Amino acid sequence: MSKEKKVWRSLEEYQHGAKEEARFNPFNNDFLSRREFMEWTSGMVAVLGATACTRMPTQKVIPYTKQPERLIPGKPLFFATSMVLGGKAIGLLVESHMGRPTKVEGNPDHPSSVGTSDIFSQASVLSLYDPDRSQSLVSETNLAFWSAFVAKISGFAKALEAKKGQGFRVLTESVVSPTLAAQIQDYLKRFPEAQWHQYEPVNRDAEREGSLLSFGEDTTPVYDFAAAKVIVSLDSDFLGEPACPRYARDFAKGREVTKAKQSMNRLYSAHVSPSITSAMADHRAVVKSRDVELLALALAKACGLSVPPAEVSPALAKWANAAATDLRDNPGAGLVVAGRWQSPQVHALANAINVRLKNAGSTVKYTAPVEIVPVNQAQSIESLAKDMAAGNVDTLLILGGNPVYNAPSDLEFGEALKKVKHRIHSGLYLDETAKLCNYHVPQTHYLEEWGDAKAHDGTVGLVQPLIAPLYSGKSPLEVFAAIQGDAAASGYDILRSYWKTKSANFDPFWIRALNDGFVASTAAAEKKLVLKAESAWAKPIPRASAAVEVVFRPDPTVYDGRFSNNGWLQEVPKPITKITWDNAAFMSPATAKRLGVADTKVIRIAVGEKSLEAPVWIAPGHAEESITLSLGYGRTAAGKLGNGTGFNAYSLRDAKALWALPAVEVTATAKHYPISGTQMHHSMEERPIIRTATLDHHKEHPHWTHLHEPIPHALEGKELGTAGGSSAPVGPADYQWGMAINLSSCTGCNACVVACQSENNIPVVGKAEVARGREMHWIRVDRYFEGELEDPDTKFQPVACVQCETAPCEIVCPVGATVHDNEGLNNMVYNRCVGTKYCSNNCPYKVRRFNFFEYTKTITPSTKMVQNPDVTVRSRGVMEKCTYCVQRISSGRIDAKNEGRKIRDGEVKTACQSACPSQAIFFGDISDPNSLVSQMKSEPQNYGLLEELNTKPRTTYLGKLTNPTATLKAGKPA
Amino acid sequence: MQLFGKGANTLAFVSIAVVGLTGAGVVGLLYAFQSSPYVTQVDVYKNQPVPFSHQHHVQGLGMDCRYCHTSVEKSSQAGIPPTSTCMNCHKMIWGDQAMLKPVRDAWKNDAPLEWNGVHKLPEFVYFNHSAHVNKGVGCQSCHGRVDEMPLVAKKNTLYMGWCLECHRNPSPNLRPVDQITNMEWEPDEEWAHKNKLEHYGIREKKSFEVHQLTNCAVCHR
Repeated sequence: MSKEKKVWRSLEEYQHGAKEEARFNPFNNDFLSRREFMEWTSGMVAVLGATACTRMPTQKVIPYTKQPERLIPGKPLFFATSMVLGGKAIGLLVESHMGRPTKVEGNPDHPSSVGTSDIFSQASVLSLYDPDRSQSLVSETNLAFWSAFVAKISGFAKALEAKKGQGFRVLTESVVSPTLAAQIQDYLKRFPEAQWHQYEPVNRDAEREGSLLSFGEDTTPVYDFAAAKVIVSLDSDFLGEPACPRYARDFAKGREVTKAKQSMNRLYSAHVSPSITSAMADHRAVVKSRDVELLALALAKACGLSVPPAEVSPALAKWANAAATDLRDNPGAGLVVAGRWQSPQVHALANAINVRLKNAGSTVKYTAPVEIVPVNQAQSIESLAKDMAAGNVDTLLILGGNPVYNAPSDLEFGEALKKVKHRIHSGLYLDETAKLCNYHVPQTHYLEEWGDAKAHDGTVGLVQPLIAPLYSGKSPLEVFAAIQGDAAASGYDILRSYWKTKSANFDPFWIRALNDGFVASTAAAEKKLVLKAESAWAKPIPRASAAVEVVFRPDPTVYDGRFSNNGWLQEVPKPITKITWDNAAFMSPATAKRLGVADTKVIRIAVGEKSLEAPVWIAPGHAEESITLSLGYGRTAAGKLGNGTGFNAYSLRDAKALWALPAVEVTATAKHYPISGTQMHHSMEERPIIRTATLDHHKEHPHWTHLHEPIPHALEGKELGTAGGSSAPVGPADYQWGMAINLSSCTGCNACVVACQSENNIPVVGKAEVARGREMHWIRVDRYFEGELEDPDTKFQPVACVQCETAPCEIVCPVGATVHDNEGLNNMVYNRCVGTKYCSNNCPYKVRRFNFFEYTKTITPSTKMVQNPDVTVRSRGVMEKCTYCVQRISSGRIDAKNEGRKIRDGEVKTACQSACPSQAIFFGDISDPNSLVSQMKSEPQNYGLLEELNTKPRTTYLGKLTNPTATLKAGKPA
Repeated sequence: MQLFGKGANTLAFVSIAVVGLTGAGVVGLLYAFQSSPYVTQVDVYKNQPVPFSHQHHVQGLGMDCRYCHTSVEKSSQAGIPPTSTCMNCHKMIWGDQAMLKPVRDAWKNDAPLEWNGVHKLPEFVYFNHSAHVNKGVGCQSCHGRVDEMPLVAKKNTLYMGWCLECHRNPSPNLRPVDQITNMEWEPDEEWAHKNKLEHYGIREKKSFEVHQLTNCAVCHR
């Protein structure tokens, strides 16, 4: 227990405690005074009252002419498909209402998903309907038809044929589609002088080079976190790995402590920049980027490898020794994971430790890379840029990707591109690259196209369209077929003809693969590898210089910039920093102090001739003398939402050093840049809200979450959380719904927030409204720091309406718009609500959200299609909040009743629960003692948030457990 | 001087009464307007692109409701039949009638018929046909004698008060599940004395502080 440590959420709170000064005041920057607000309100009451009585208009009822097979109007259908991100694919089940995809869920049978999904796949359905997607083919500044475009390119193709393809280049992102790769390879066989380049800004170059160093061949590690007892992360963010929530799920499973399982894994994390992975660590080493290499060397040495000695501080040496001891004590059950932004040597060292300590084969399997034709992508784009600049490229086909925006700035890709005669771009948006090309073909979204894609372990998933292309888009398969001269080929036929060559008995194979969403037993086999002697590749590492360094990271919400025009991802607060709609220069409090800067102050970061201006945001737990810039912002052609948000970190990036610049010049400017952060919104004041203990303490005092309960005088003597107060309004019913959230598992990744937004038609409000504290998310993930400013423990707590049995909101509603039902839900009745906001004021959890404007009025016809038809779209002036996904309960109840049975445990899942990558959320019938949620609630560390107020919350939390080793002080190196 | 004459009291009483009665009258008029067929649309027959007669098809030909409204037992929506359902018969029968031209055009051009909706609930209400039909609420209970309507009109207001009458006391409107689509069904002696709530596993009101069927979230989400 950490009574001596203080818990805080922002720097103000750290200094002042939860006092007035630290509080968030939405009126600070408001344009209306309280008095003006009242004047306007009273005037509007009269106006609004006049609109209340209306006659129902006659509406048209339009049936099908031929109803599709299996479609039952009013019932959703689910189709399996795959989404590619970051060089691998995740298997998904997508919900479709009358042919309209509305919600993404994980595919339970797919190895990367195992039923869960991540923030990006949850939000991807909004991108499908993005009105700013490119909607027509552009040929030399004119709109054109596909046929006209095909005629043009067949002209180029003829010219190329004579030259065996010389001067023709294809640039793709990481290709994980066997069919597309086969197409490109066929083409290269026919035209051997043509070349294929692959580049995306967040790539696996270091992993590839590290594998080449240690094994002499390119492999990719596939981790099994479920089998790992000790995990050492060398600047890795494996919990935030895109398209692979499997890792988070396996890791979290190892941290679940129940009466039956009194053990958990231990995570050591060496990192520069705090991430959701470092926040889960039991022991942290916060160092500069170069020093992670040094630490890796020290760790390898301590693990008994013959590597050069590393000169590290005594504290770090102690950290490395403790980690090494743990790893050596658990041969075959340890795991060292290197981050993709670390050097090849760190990857090689991680590989070597894993092989030496027998982890290879049990907790990690080295397989062939996921990419069909893996290359060093930085080199690939560099050689392309050089050839373009030298005038050697005649025709360039850019198939996806946005290199003009995201290629390393020293390549001057945009300038070089202008020297290419025929520039063809295919992408979802008319983006920075498309604007410099003379042909642009709108690409299909993955929910509109046929294709295939490999998952993290090599399993081939199928991409199946849920809807016909909205904007006459063409899939990469179709565009490339057109290049090959077969413009009429459909993606469906191309895909099928590829797989026909792979299967003897095609039709059953195809039906099975489509139904499952992936091709069975295509996971990559483990490679037999021989570790090269360390002396052959391990080099001594000099200490990092004292200069300020810059590291680059993909943004936790907009990734590399491809999601910049997605409102859900822009508005979800970044997990650690809680800022929305922008990126910033993250640095430690001490570094900020030394530089004389504070939050929102704009600094100029210069390296060589390049410079960049960016606002400061202080991130406790960041390495000293180091600045993190996240990629994906500062776009100029992203769309209405993405343009003009944040600043472009790519403008400093260098092809030789993709992830870190060891020395930069930092100067403060006089400017400020406003940032909308949510860290102090919806504060529950100074109360024991988040509760943490070590595993050892838990074993000794299993009821530790209740020990330090301060009991208010009014309730003294009454049993907390069970009786007292008014009599429960809950009548007998077949079910009593409840939720338990295991804080030991929660990684703070925000997948629940976006899943909830998607399921419940929650509007996006924009940066200015977020600054006023008006974000609409029904579930928020509170982030707490505990301990000292420099390297605090970071904890997360998802908070939605806890469905109090004695709900304070209900007794103050003058119109009975929020009332209890028999199953224990606190119902919110939108059509009764008159918007007094009394309920929100009386809610101790601050989970109610008010529609200050009619946010849905501004959404475009295409964006309306993403709305869930099972949930009311709320209007202005209405309060709303988490309903435990009552629409899902209702449909589960009706299905069960129609079949004459009870709802099975686990049959109804809330949106947050089913999305949660770490499966931290349990939901079900608490009147059934055998339900999973009842069992979780019977764990001793279960506690109710603010239960001392006698609200009897139906959502309870399992206190967060950590597992520090006895030899080290928890948290940072002593 | 006497400021008020003898009639002043009477005048005062009368004016109070007039003001009161006028107020009540206005409220009454508004109420009458609100419950008039103009607003409720009850008994207002709506024209349709094809003068489809339920009377002819159900009473005359003996078709079951579910021949066309196929999803009534499975889904929230009963289902408006696709044109293909019409064409099942009208390919052969009355295939050349002028009255059916819109149907043939819809079929030929794959351009659906646009019917004028008769029963329409507000968007914040989630009614589920399957939940009612499988618990013994017959079609006729809400839609009236559709078998006697050449064109269809609403027979009930579908207002919340009307819904609640039954949600508070479902028994009178329950019938055996196999009689759901029977328009002429009358309870026999045995059914009349049966405990219908028990039959359908609906908890009785007395065991509740609030009747479960009147929970807000049953219809509003």
